[in-house]
Amino acid sequence: MSKYSVIGTRLQSIDATEKLTGSAKYTTDISFPNMLYGKILRSPHPHARILNVDTSQAERLAGVKKVVTGKDTIGKKQGVWRRFPDLCDEEILCRDKVRYVGDPVAAVAAIDEDTAMEALSLIKVEYEVLPAVFDPLEAIKEGAPLVHYGVELNINNTRHIEWGDVDEAFRRCDHIREDMFRCSSQAHACMETHGAIASFGYDGKLTVHTGSQSPYYIQVLLAEMLGLREGDVRVIKPPTGGGFGSKFELDSAQFCASLLSMKLCRPVKIVLTREEEFTATKRRTPMYYAVKLGAKKDGTLLAKEVRAITEGGAYTGMGATALYLTGFFSSFPYKYPNYRYDGYRVYTNTAPTSAMRGFGAPQATFVGESQIDMMAEDLGIDPMEIRRKNGMAPGYEVPGEAFIGSCGLHECLDQIEERIKRRGKLPANRGIGVAAYGFISGGIFNWFDTPYAFSAAMVRVNIDGKVDLFTGAADTGQGANTTLSMICAEELGVRLEDIRLHVGDTSICPPDLGSWGSRETLMNGSAVKMAAADAKRQLLEFAAAALKPNIVYDLDIKDRWVHLVDRPEKGMSYFDAVKAAIRGKDGEAIIGRGHYSPHRKGMVSPAFSFGVQAVEVEVDTETGQVSLVKATTAHESGTVINPIGIEGQLEGALAMAAGYGLSEELPIHDGKIQNGCFRDYKLLLAPDIPETEIVEVETYEPEGPFGAKEAGEGLTNPTAGAIANAVYNAVGVRITDLPITPEKVLKALHEKKHKKPSEA
Amino acid sequence: MKQRVTLNINGTEEEVYAEPWWSLAQVLREEFGLGGTKIACNTGDCGACTVLLDGKAVRSCLILAVKAQGRKVVTIEGLRGKDGGLHPLQQAFMEHFAVQCGYCTPGMILTAKSLLDENPAPTEEEVREGMSGNLCRCTGYAKIVEAVMAASARMRGEHR
Repeated sequence: MSKYSVIGTRLQSIDATEKLTGSAKYTTDISFPNMLYGKILRSPHPHARILNVDTSQAERLAGVKKVVTGKDTIGKKQGVWRRFPDLCDEEILCRDKVRYVGDPVAAVAAIDEDTAMEALSLIKVEYEVLPAVFDPLEAIKEGAPLVHYGVELNINNTRHIEWGDVDEAFRRCDHIREDMFRCSSQAHACMETHGAIASFGYDGKLTVHTGSQSPYYIQVLLAEMLGLREGDVRVIKPPTGGGFGSKFELDSAQFCASLLSMKLCRPVKIVLTREEEFTATKRRTPMYYAVKLGAKKDGTLLAKEVRAITEGGAYTGMGATALYLTGFFSSFPYKYPNYRYDGYRVYTNTAPTSAMRGFGAPQATFVGESQIDMMAEDLGIDPMEIRRKNGMAPGYEVPGEAFIGSCGLHECLDQIEERIKRRGKLPANRGIGVAAYGFISGGIFNWFDTPYAFSAAMVRVNIDGKVDLFTGAADTGQGANTTLSMICAEELGVRLEDIRLHVGDTSICPPDLGSWGSRETLMNGSAVKMAAADAKRQLLEFAAAALKPNIVYDLDIKDRWVHLVDRPEKGMSYFDAVKAAIRGKDGEAIIGRGHYSPHRKGMVSPAFSFGVQAVEVEVDTETGQVSLVKATTAHESGTVINPIGIEGQLEGALAMAAGYGLSEELPIHDGKIQNGCFRDYKLLLAPDIPETEIVEVETYEPEGPFGAKEAGEGLTNPTAGAIANAVYNAVGVRITDLPITPEKVLKALHEKKHKKPSEA
Repeated sequence: MKQRVTLNINGTEEEVYAEPWWSLAQVLREEFGLGGTKIACNTGDCGACTVLLDGKAVRSCLILAVKAQGRKVVTIEGLRGKDGGLHPLQQAFMEHFAVQCGYCTPGMILTAKSLLDENPAPTEEEVREGMSGNLCRCTGYAKIVEAVMAASARMRGEHR
């Protein structure tokens, strides 16, 4: 018998048919009898005091049922960093002042969207416009306008990471580089905008349908913000049209719809427009970096010192986590004996910045992988060699921070190097750049302060052998539903079609922190595996009684066959075992329970994935345009649960990360985001995507279910850096400021051309 | 004032009273409950609301419902294979894992349908170009292009 019967097979997504036929009901597709439509009035000013809000005219408009403002709330501020009350700084409906263009001021519920829109125009808000600050480097200066009262120099959060003796180590270096970098913002640009339908009843209970990465977080935060008991808030997550970090914090649609529904005892639906999605939801954190890197002549990296100032925007959100992770991942994936990071997250009067796929690591990897190539060139060392010499390996401890269990970085380096060599000599203006990366498999940090296990699952085996799997995981399209069902089927010894998954309902699924930080496969997968093992153990008790094997034999189930492990031909049908077991339990269905929380795994994550990416580009020296020719990624994520699913993650991450490298940004003028639509915000399109090759390097991660770990988010990390290195290798210009637009490349080519004579 | 509009939706003659400013996408979703037609930008930039109008792929958020008077509309709910099961395009999207969040999927499939009707044997480059008006944030397009190529081969095989 092969080792696994489900895991490792290329399985179609279990929810694909519903989506392919138009039958899947997303939040926007759902409506209820007596439902009203809501719209949100947003601040046109980046910074202003609210002197008065007059809603009387709006309330008089026919069809308007309710207008709420900050005065209608219980006056709380929310945030996901609940352990630190100072970082819970967002009222959602502003009471006193607005802090960015798009900050909500009022919300309307009306009989239809047109009426609600008209009502917004009738709300009179009197503002006292205040001086505003947009750039974190300005905001951190003495005398800058304060975004939040009492927050000196607008410093929202600081992080310090240090090990070794950095200053002493720099003195021992043969060569030191000091460089500055700037990383731009990025919009999640989920195809489905944020939306919610809130239904509050006279029974005092609230039900909210909303696309989300963490129904549990939304349940808890809504309860806090509305003064309800957690148990009286039920969050139901329909299929969700993308998340990428944008959908696990409480948002304006969820909160305003709930507040309006509570006032009216009627369902209220709010769906954000695309423009609101671009300008008034959170986004990737722009960062300024100053990095000092020291090495010995032979390429041994001795010390690194990183200082980062990040643009926080108006509120904290999960931005404080990005501040930490960018510092942690600035040491990745190398064994720096001496390392120091100081990060400052600074409030500005811009749209708040927070989590986005990679969570600070794409920025850190762009910076780190650019600079390591610069260092290699200075030292006359091959870029692969310097990475190999310093790269992390299994068993390495990031001092005081994390333990690296499985790690296939060196195999990935070998695979990529071999493929680059095969490409041979490239034509003019073509270049290949490389970047190495790593990522977490779920965070250990619990700033949300949940008292529950990080993940939990329940398995119920029914009389017909069908298995109900209940878990709090949140599939936003990445395939968690399929992965978790596969893990359950494998552990229990049944087929995928035997599993019926129940997710996305806080009233029936055990709490799970949600799908962010690449948690689901390792953390939720471990809980699912434990629950399935618990159910299997109960089945085997009855099977053993029926089969009466010699006591030295172990029993197991595989592909619906209960058998003696060493004599697989001896056994009984899974279905018969289920019937016997339920009969034997006085008719009670078999119920297995499982949970997972990381223990004794350091501060950061129980496991890390690794990889190396090579990107080949062609630079048009007339226009500055960078075209992607080929991308090859060697990726290591432990045991692969669903190979076709990982390919989908990798290809999707490449497009998003190449967009970050080349074209995606959110320019802000006077506090206003200038490109709040898909015509002006440049996502890569189908013709822009190069040929992609994926090399899966298998390792085994002892902490993960069947040896699996993170497989989707870390892939967003390497691309911008690999492109920057490729552009340098193609035409000799080094772009340190994302995105690498034609304008920047042309300017750099021009400067290079005109610098030459003076140097000569 | 609402106007009477008659149109053929997925093979059935239908009538609806629509305000002159209502888009076809809005009417399909709200008046006929055909939620498979997704509105992701409402400005004609993303392709999620693509339907077939007299056989051609159009962005239904940019077309007024009254302008569809007397015309044939096919939405994702009306696209099925010969046996009433999945259409070869839907089948290929499933087999090739071309669906992740699924929000762009109906528009992608109908754009591909229109493309293959015009050009039953496209090159990969022609598929990429033909799909360039449809945005996807999850897949990076690779598996979508693979699926369209596979469906094209299968559909040609069936027609022979």
